[in-house]
Amino acid sequence: MADVAFEQSRIASAGGVRRRTSLHNALKRKSTMAFLMTLPLILLILLLVVYPAFYAVHLATLNKSMARFVGFGNFEFLFKRETFWLVVKQSCIFAISAVFFKALIGFIVAHFVHNVPAKGQRKWRGMLLVPWVIPPAMSTLAWLWLFDPSYSAFNYTLSAFGIGPIPWTGDAGWARFSVILVNIWYGAPFFMIMYLAALKSVPEQLYEAAAIDGANWWQRIWYVTLPMMRNIIAITALFSLIVTFANFDIVRILTSGGPLDHTHIFATWAFRVGIEGSDIPLGASVSLFMVPILAVAAIFILRDVTKRGNEA
Amino acid sequence: MSTMAIDKAGPSRKVKYGSMSRDRTWALRWSYFFLCIFAIFSLVPPIYMLITSLKSSAEISAATNPWWVFHPTLSNYAELLGSNQYLRFFLNSALVSIFVVTITMLISVPAAFALARMKFWGSATLATGVFLTYLIPDTLLFIPLFKMFAVIGDWTGIQLINRWYVLLFIYPTLTVPFCTWIMIGYFASIPKELDEAAIIDGASWFQTLTRIFIPVALPGLIAATIFAFTASWAQFLYPMVFTTSVDQLVLPAGIITTLIKGDVFNWGQIMTGALLGAAPPLIIYAFLMDYYIAGLTAGATKG
Repeated sequence: MADVAFEQSRIASAGGVRRRTSLHNALKRKSTMAFLMTLPLILLILLLVVYPAFYAVHLATLNKSMARFVGFGNFEFLFKRETFWLVVKQSCIFAISAVFFKALIGFIVAHFVHNVPAKGQRKWRGMLLVPWVIPPAMSTLAWLWLFDPSYSAFNYTLSAFGIGPIPWTGDAGWARFSVILVNIWYGAPFFMIMYLAALKSVPEQLYEAAAIDGANWWQRIWYVTLPMMRNIIAITALFSLIVTFANFDIVRILTSGGPLDHTHIFATWAFRVGIEGSDIPLGASVSLFMVPILAVAAIFILRDVTKRGNEA
Repeated sequence: MSTMAIDKAGPSRKVKYGSMSRDRTWALRWSYFFLCIFAIFSLVPPIYMLITSLKSSAEISAATNPWWVFHPTLSNYAELLGSNQYLRFFLNSALVSIFVVTITMLISVPAAFALARMKFWGSATLATGVFLTYLIPDTLLFIPLFKMFAVIGDWTGIQLINRWYVLLFIYPTLTVPFCTWIMIGYFASIPKELDEAAIIDGASWFQTLTRIFIPVALPGLIAATIFAFTASWAQFLYPMVFTTSVDQLVLPAGIITTLIKGDVFNWGQIMTGALLGAAPPLIIYAFLMDYYIAGLTAGATKG
C-alpha cells in the first residue's frame, strides 16, 4: 500500500524539483497532515480559551485602573463585602435547587412520555422540547411580561381564585423563586430528552423479570430504572450544574440582580461590576470564583464520559 | 415440565392479564393527564408571546383578560418589520450566525476527522482538551476576552470592540468544541474498512474526508450545523459585552436594549420582536426535530 502511494507521488512530481517532492511527501505523511487539519482548532483553543483563562487570573491581581499589581487585594476586598457572600449563597441556592427540580421533572415527564404509545411520543416530545429551542433571552422576556407588576397574567388568573397579587420579581423571596422557576422551565426539557433516550435503552426483559417477581411500580423504578440510568443521570446533572451555575441570561433579564442584589449570581454580578461598573479586575476576580465548582463538575463528567466510552 | 407449568397457570393467568390491562389503561390516562399539564406549562410563555403580539397598546393597557385577544391587529408586526432598526438587528444576527456556522464547520470537521482517524502524538489529549473547552462557560471568559480585544485595538489600531464582526472571533469558542466533539463521535462510528478501501483506491486523506466521511456522517454534520446556528443565534452575553451601538447589535441584545426604554415598556412590540427572534430556531426545529435531538443527546455521550 505504501509502495503504491510512493509510486504515485513520484509520478505526480516527476518533473518537479527535488525540494517540492520532499514537501509533497511531507504533506502526504499522516502526522503532518493531521497536525495541519487540527491546527485551526488548536489555535482557537489556545488563543481564545486558554490564554483568556490565564489572562483572567492576571487581571484579577491588578487594581481598578489596571496600572498596579495588588496581589490578592481584590479577593480581600470581596471577602469583606456583604454582597459577595450574598452572591455566593444565591448562586449555590440557584444552581442546586434548579438542577434538582429540572432532573426530577425531567425524570417524571420522561416516564410519562415513555408510557404513551410510540406513535404519539413524537408529538409530545416535540411540544415538551419547545422551551429548550426558544433562545432563553427571548423566552425570558415572555416570563418578564407574565410576571409584570401591574399587568401580570398569572396574578390575573390567581385573582379568580382569590389569591392576592404576588410580587413575582419585587420581593426577594419571590424573585428568587421566579428566576429558579424560569430556569426549570427552560432546562427540564433537556433532562427529559436525555432520560427518554436512556429509558429506551433499558432492556424490556428486566421489567418483565421484575413484574414476575411481583415488584410494584416504585420498586421497578428504584431497582431497575435508576441503576440502569445512573450514569446518564449523573452526566446530565453535572452538565446542567455547570450551565446553571454559570447562567447569565435569565437572571439578567428577569431581575438584573435586584431587588437589592437579592438575585445576583456570579455571572450577573461579574457583568455588573466588570462591564457596567468598568472595574475589570474586580469583575474578573468575581467570575474566577466559579472555577472551583466548575472544575469539580468537569472532572466527574470526564470520568463518567470516558467510562462510557470504554464500555461501548 | 414447562408446558405443565403453563397449563397450570392457564386459567388464573387470563384473569391477571385482564387486571393488568386495566392497570395499564389507567396508567395511560394518568400519563396523558400529566403530559397535558406539563405541555401547558411548557407552552404558556410562547403562546402568551403570540397573544400579546396581536394586541394593540390600548388593549394591553386596558388590562382586559390577558389570555384573550379581543381586537386582533397586526400593527406590531407591521411596525417592527417596517423599522430599519429591527431589520438591522435581524440582518446582523443572520450574518453572524451564517458566518459562525461556516467558520465552525471549516475548523471542526477536518479537526474531528484527524482526531477520529489519524492517530498522532497527543491526539487523545487533544480530544479530551476539546471536551474540556466545551465545558468552559461563556460567563468565565467574557471579561478577559473583552480586555484582550480592547488591548488589541490599542496596539494595532484595528478597532474590534463595538463591531458586529468581533462576534465572529468570539462565538466559535462556544460552537467549535461541541461540534468537533460530536463529529469525532460520528466519524469514529464509521467502519474502518470504508476508508481503507478508499486509500487503497488511491484517494488522498482529503478525498477520503470529502468523498467518504462527510456523506456518510451527514446526519451528524446536520446536527452539528443546527447546534452551531442555534447557539450563535441565541447567544446573549457576548453581544451585551462587545457591542453597544444600535447599528451593531444582534437580535437578543437589540431587543433588550432598544425596545425596553426606561420605564415605558411597549409590551406588544417587545413580544412581537421576541417571537420573530425565536422564529428561526423554532422553524428549524419544526422541520429537523430528529437531527436537533440527535445533536442534543450526542453532546453528553461519546458518539
